Amino acid sequence: MDFSIITENISEYVNGLWLTVQLVSLSLLVGLVLSIPFAVMRSTERLFISGPVWLFTYCFRGTPLLVQMFLFYYGLGQLEFVKELSKSWTFLQDAYWYALLAFTLNTAAYTTEIIRGAIVATPFGEIEAARACGMSRGRVLRRIVLPSAFRRALPAYANEVIFMLHGSAVASLITLVDITGAARIINSRYYSPYEAFITAAIFYMALTFLIVWGFRQLEKRWHAHLKPRESN
Amino acid sequence: MFDLHGYGASILDGASLTVAVALVSLVIAMALGLMTALAKLSGVRPAVITATIYTTIIRGVPDLVLMLLIFFGGQILVNDIAPMLGYEDYVDINPFIAGTITIGFIFGAYMGETFRGAILAVPVGLLEAGAAYGMSRRQVLIRILIPQMMRHALPGFGNNWLVLMKTTALVSVIGLEDMVRKAGLAAGATRDPFPFYLSVAFLFLAFTTVSVLALRWAENHYSAGVRRV
Repeated sequence: MDFSIITENISEYVNGLWLTVQLVSLSLLVGLVLSIPFAVMRSTERLFISGPVWLFTYCFRGTPLLVQMFLFYYGLGQLEFVKELSKSWTFLQDAYWYALLAFTLNTAAYTTEIIRGAIVATPFGEIEAARACGMSRGRVLRRIVLPSAFRRALPAYANEVIFMLHGSAVASLITLVDITGAARIINSRYYSPYEAFITAAIFYMALTFLIVWGFRQLEKRWHAHLKPRESN
Repeated sequence: MFDLHGYGASILDGASLTVAVALVSLVIAMALGLMTALAKLSGVRPAVITATIYTTIIRGVPDLVLMLLIFFGGQILVNDIAPMLGYEDYVDINPFIAGTITIGFIFGAYMGETFRGAILAVPVGLLEAGAAYGMSRRQVLIRILIPQMMRHALPGFGNNWLVLMKTTALVSVIGLEDMVRKAGLAAGATRDPFPFYLSVAFLFLAFTTVSVLALRWAENHYSAGVRRV
């Protein structure tokens, strides 16, 4: 193995790293914002509110991210009005936005189900106590249900963030040069798959460990009250 | 709008390959997963360390990167080794083998974690009772441990299977003619991608639905004799 080709082309990977981080954090952010109202809607008992959200999460969790991305990138780009629009808004010709759209909706679907699970698991006593204190439904949701649901959802959400990071590798299949895209370029330029893909793997692993570490810090903070008491 | 231009049969062909890839990978993943779980629980240091490195690497690296590494890297490796064995022709790696091995290898790590948890959930008394009857370790494993852990392993196993099935979409990247690739070929030929990718999405949704129903049945089946709360 000859890793000098990697050190010579490290800028490809660094640019790829930047794109990966950008795609993943933007889609996670927007997905999270979308998923909170969705999760609240999904956990009501009224079928005409929870039904459509159920359908959305069912479709996006039941199909591969790759297919969703192809459907948006190739499928939407084919529609007449999108073609018309992209003449005036040239950014619509960029694969970036289609990848971002697919990633955002995908993570929104998974996060909705994670938060919904946490909402449904709220101990009923907490809600009763809040009502007894005279809080309105909205206030109960904002002050009691959601904060405690976020705490419970944290470990599962950490997994979702890692899955999103790994899933984002498919962006390289629609011409985007993320970390995997950089590796594919190096591989086709030098025909050296080991160096190219092992380097990409190391980048992803470093990011994964960073995420795991970050969530551990968050859990320490948010779950401090659940920690077994230390004996002095 | 929804016209498959006569490519419907070709996509169904691809769908059967998708199912085949998923099932073969599942078998590999289960075998690897069981080995990993037993290795982690064995307490033998080298086995524990190897299994831990394996699961850590797999969970840290995207499946697409692993698949490209095994497909392209394996190609070179095989062609470096083949001449040493006196085989002179260029060897092409079969994408079906590369794909199923990669997916099996990835999900072996996840299955390993699922099985480990399930094995720990089996009461030790059952295993001791087996030993007291004079069964060998292997007999205890096959007759008692594996059937008993099934019930605990099923929910995690089901999740892994659902994710595995969706991961098979990636084999289209290494040239395997699964339904995603067939859809891509049809889309390229007709310049009308939307209906093809949409039907592939529906097929995946159908596979998921069937799997969810089958898993629900299996969970009921293996929980016979357990009181529900």
